[in-house]
Amino acid sequence: MKNRVISRTAGIGIIVILSVGIVLAITKPFSVMEENDIVGGFQFPSLPYGYDALEPYIDAKTMEIHYDRHHRAYFNNFVNAIKGTPVEDMSLEEIFAQMSSMSDVIRNNGGGFYNHNLFWKNMSPNGGEPSDELTAAIEKAFGSFDNFKELFGSAAASRFGSGWAWLVVNSEGELEVGSTPNQDNPLMDISPIRGIPILGLDVWEHAYYLKYQNRRPDYIDNFWNIVNWRDVSERYEAALK
Amino acid sequence: MKHELPKLPYELDALAPVISRETLEFHYGKHHQTYVNKLNDLIPDTPFADSSLEEIVMKSDGGIFNNAAQIWNHTFYFETFSPSGRREPQGALADAIKSSFGSFDAFKEEFTKAATTLFGSGWAWLSMKDDGSLVITQESNAGNPMRSGLTPLLTCDVWEHAYYIDYRNVRPDYIKRFWEILNWEVIESRYK
Ligand SMILES: [Fe+2]
Ligand SMILES: [Fe+2]
Repeated sequence: MKNRVISRTAGIGIIVILSVGIVLAITKPFSVMEENDIVGGFQFPSLPYGYDALEPYIDAKTMEIHYDRHHRAYFNNFVNAIKGTPVEDMSLEEIFAQMSSMSDVIRNNGGGFYNHNLFWKNMSPNGGEPSDELTAAIEKAFGSFDNFKELFGSAAASRFGSGWAWLVVNSEGELEVGSTPNQDNPLMDISPIRGIPILGLDVWEHAYYLKYQNRRPDYIDNFWNIVNWRDVSERYEAALK
Repeated sequence: MKHELPKLPYELDALAPVISRETLEFHYGKHHQTYVNKLNDLIPDTPFADSSLEEIVMKSDGGIFNNAAQIWNHTFYFETFSPSGRREPQGALADAIKSSFGSFDAFKEEFTKAATTLFGSGWAWLSMKDDGSLVITQESNAGNPMRSGLTPLLTCDVWEHAYYIDYRNVRPDYIKRFWEILNWEVIESRYK
């Protein structure tokens, strides 16, 4: 529902965004917002860091194509699919809760839009450490932090085809690890793993192919170097409320 | 029975620039090879230990199916290409395409749509039904139309690994150029 606020102030928002865009354009290879990045209550986010910020683990070229082509296409296809339908006035969370009654185009592109929003924020060149609360919850659920990494890594590695690995807070407030195919996610009523995602890893080949090619396990190993544990810890706390 | 990676019927750079040497090095040399290695690791001490590849594709599921079907699908895909060769169908297959789709162009359009719109990883297929008529289908991941009683004639791999090095996110460009390297004599030989 946060998005709704943005739409009311869209006029001011665009001016701010354009000036930010100019500043960014003269500084670094950075994502630049475009005027059509806010459609109704939905916003295509700017990247919270430059394309090269996650080097050498994720290369700048991959970040650029992934954010500016793949993610943007999901956003555009999603807002086009819901235009003029009752879905236009729903939040992504509300849409996912009723996913089984909606079209594949909304499922695939709404999922792709949301999942990448989360993914960019889940990463950072200096993401810190998990909070004490999150560390305790990980140890309780998985025995140890290393065990959690192994379970999450194996969920990511064994997802055959395209998809995502997830760390979620389930309805009992406990942590769980799992994976979903394509652009599904654990908020969708069709997902085998349900809960609030606090950490997601994209294992579509487009996420790693330019740098890692067929070596998905190397990409997964390197992911731990760029996890934004501050963001994941905040999401953990918010999910418990 | 130990499964082997079949030899490519052309050099690694033979399909460039439609499919680059680098893509084939990974796609054939790594992905296809890995499916072979994994299947050989998975089948000992299972009912499929001595089965033919096709029998495994028809009867297995889970990891054994995924790896077996990916071996079968990739061999079938790579065998369809040639640096030279007739780029349009003739004879009985050309007639069947015309009667099933209206024209060769209409068939290409429908096949292109199936390959372009398949969401995620998978394969677009042209297959023959029992009555000799033709059908275009989409299969996710390792899916294979033989499991639905069809006879496959042509396939296009639309896993991102098939085109990402050469075409990045632009799958439609890969499919557009796919037609330039097809050897229709091979495809016709499957139509009987
Ligand atoms: Fe992605
Ligand atoms: Fe492939």
